[in-house]
Amino acid sequence: MSTTTVTAPRARLASYSRTFLDRHSSMMPTFAALLIFIALLIGAEMHFGNFLTPLNMSALLLNYAYLLILAVGMTFVIITGGIDLSVGSVMAFTGISCAKLLGEGYSAAVVIPAILLGGAAIGLLIGVLVQYFDVQPFIASLAGLFLARGLAFVVSLSSIRVENESVLWLQTTRWRFGEWYITPTGILALSVAAIGAFVLAFTRFGRTVYAVGGNEQSARLMGLNVARTKVLVYVISGVCGGLAGLVLTAYSGAGYPRNGIGTELDVIAAVVIGGTLLTGGTGYVLGSVIGVLVFATINTIIAYEGAEQAWTRIIIGLMLLMFIVVQRVIVVRSERRR
Amino acid sequence: MHAETEVAPLVEMRGITIQFPGVLALDHVDFCLRAGEVHSIMGENGAGKSTLIKALTGVYSIDSGTILVGGEERVFGSTADAQAAGISTVYQEVNLCTNLSVGENVMLGHEPRNLRGIDWRATHREAARYLADLGVHLDTHTLLSSHSIAIQQLVAISRAMVLDSRVLILDEPTSSLDRDEVDQLFAVVRDLRAKGVAIIFISHFLDQVYEISDRITVLRNGQLVGEYCAQDLPRADLVTKMIGKVLEELDDIATSAERTIDRSAAPLLRATGIGKRGVLSPADLDVYDGEVVGIAGLLGSGRTELVRLVYGADRADAGHFELHGEPAKLTSPRHAIDHRIAFSSENRREEGIIADLTVGENIALGIQARRGWLRKLRGAEYDAVVAEYIAALGVRPADPNRLAGTLSGGNQQKVLLARWLATAPELIILDEPTRGIDVGAKADIQRKVAELSHQGLSVIFISSELEEVLRLAQRVVVMRDRHQIGVLDSSDVDVDGLIDYMANQGDAQSEGSVA
Repeated sequence: MSTTTVTAPRARLASYSRTFLDRHSSMMPTFAALLIFIALLIGAEMHFGNFLTPLNMSALLLNYAYLLILAVGMTFVIITGGIDLSVGSVMAFTGISCAKLLGEGYSAAVVIPAILLGGAAIGLLIGVLVQYFDVQPFIASLAGLFLARGLAFVVSLSSIRVENESVLWLQTTRWRFGEWYITPTGILALSVAAIGAFVLAFTRFGRTVYAVGGNEQSARLMGLNVARTKVLVYVISGVCGGLAGLVLTAYSGAGYPRNGIGTELDVIAAVVIGGTLLTGGTGYVLGSVIGVLVFATINTIIAYEGAEQAWTRIIIGLMLLMFIVVQRVIVVRSERRR
Repeated sequence: MHAETEVAPLVEMRGITIQFPGVLALDHVDFCLRAGEVHSIMGENGAGKSTLIKALTGVYSIDSGTILVGGEERVFGSTADAQAAGISTVYQEVNLCTNLSVGENVMLGHEPRNLRGIDWRATHREAARYLADLGVHLDTHTLLSSHSIAIQQLVAISRAMVLDSRVLILDEPTSSLDRDEVDQLFAVVRDLRAKGVAIIFISHFLDQVYEISDRITVLRNGQLVGEYCAQDLPRADLVTKMIGKVLEELDDIATSAERTIDRSAAPLLRATGIGKRGVLSPADLDVYDGEVVGIAGLLGSGRTELVRLVYGADRADAGHFELHGEPAKLTSPRHAIDHRIAFSSENRREEGIIADLTVGENIALGIQARRGWLRKLRGAEYDAVVAEYIAALGVRPADPNRLAGTLSGGNQQKVLLARWLATAPELIILDEPTRGIDVGAKADIQRKVAELSHQGLSVIFISSELEEVLRLAQRVVVMRDRHQIGVLDSSDVDVDGLIDYMANQGDAQSEGSVA
């Protein structure tokens, strides 16, 4: 009798946790990323003693706002089972276009919509290639990468300084809360993440993104609009590329056509570390936010340590490897359970 | 029954014709579906059942003919169009998204929304209600992938109910369900029928078709054979209508089994005491010229293991082989091929057919391997060989340039058989050559095996269908639990006798034969 009374709450707890696991098994990689992020912060604080400062933490968001914006767009694409290699180049193209147009005296109210449209147009091109010409996303977006990079060099071969005050305002303004601060670019990045998370979780379009990634054939047979969804995710990624171009231009006070070479890979790494499955169907914007923070923290730690930046790549590479293996194990286990 | 015929048809398809490159998939087919009936569409593989369904659901566009739903002419450009008109399909390989929750799969695209987007609480409540209507009670938040195929199928049906479907198409829904699950599904189907939903049922299982159907439409080679009331159509008539050819042909084959084999000369193959530790207890096998030796046993009884040892695909660690009376070494497939032994595996898809090569290339593969890759089979010679075997085995469509992966299972099996026969073997081992293929192709393959053995080819024939084994083989090796429990003369035993032997005889003899 006494044993049952003791075990009952424990059994109930076990059944709760089992229910939780049943319902949220797809969130596990994201939880893992969160744990790693926290471990990184604690480790760095113990090692350096002065790492976890409001100034440092605020700088994380400031320095990597562009990466966060790109990661949100990439999350949409990867959840459908696609990939977008063009984002770094799109960011460079829209960034240099932004600087050039502002330099020629156009107002920011004209320039900003224009570069967002430019990003959307490249995304649309990739999406149409993928959906209607049945080109592998890898190939289609590689074409987008070369196209956007080429266009960036057509706009200018060298860096162009930005004098426009409203664009620079995005970066120079600091809203302070005690020792914490946030810039308009940071707000922009967080808003993009919030909107992205909302769209994926609470709209039919967002759920179709998951359905397409889970099983495209099924999604089509279920009567969902697969074609529109697949094109639209690349457009979203393109728009995010344009927005990242704006943010990066504001951040560095100049447009530069060689910006963002290899950034697409950083973005993919951050998204995957954040728990989005490269095979599609599973992933969260929140995970990608954490992925970007992990990426940013590792970069900052390396900078603190004064070590070679190459170590960032090595560590990110190893983490990526680990995460991909972990994801594979989860997928294999869930298949076996069936 | 009489009242039912007066009900205006819910769906009427008239003169539906669909042309694929080289094949007339549907040729002026009429189909009529009434509210509150279960209507089976029957036919062999390739008869046009799935094409007809896909025409109705907007997957294929029709070349001519009209579709009327509720008396109105409709043209469906996509599945979404058909669903909007109240026509939903539940496929065999359940087309849902396993990465999403049960509730979401039910409601996807129809989630209740409020100002803050999708109202998840209401979504799951609705989903649970639709599932409860079908007698399914489960946590709608769990992932679909954590549930059995049977549950997934019911989820797919409740999704159809969300779409307010008047027509529900069940395409091979029972093929991976056990008996209890089938009962549960049928209870749901009867319930929906009572509510006035029209159900199209497609299945290979005749028992189930008769259990659930009110009416049966039979198709053959893309043409309509007829529409019948299930209770007025005896089973044998149905089968005859489906395969067209008369079953008597199979009886002809049966007589071939009774032919006597000359066993005076040394056997083509004599295996004595071959076995492998942990896999198969030592077994004996003799195959004479022109003889068909059947191997009977349940799945896992050791029948495949036995022939793999003979072929050298697995290495025997006991016993020895004689070929034409001479001791021989058979320890790898290479040796077996050199001795002109061919082996057609039961895993047609994984170990046999190469889906991305054409029919012709698949057939030529075996003969090419025998010749060596340096002496390439050229133009005219290749065409001749390929055409000969396509004709000999009746591969349909008879197009050597078609990708093998696009053929039906039965025709893939014929292509495989053609590949081995083209190498002119003395002994061919066929492991489950007729599994999962339609009745007509089964008859074709059996007829070919009988014909070849008449011409002097020796055959080892494995099949789960004991009628086939008894029809073709002169002698039957019976296996159970990885032991050989006996060798029977097929003229001495019928199917029931063989089953009885497989089930019971081993107990009496096992002690003697294991040694």
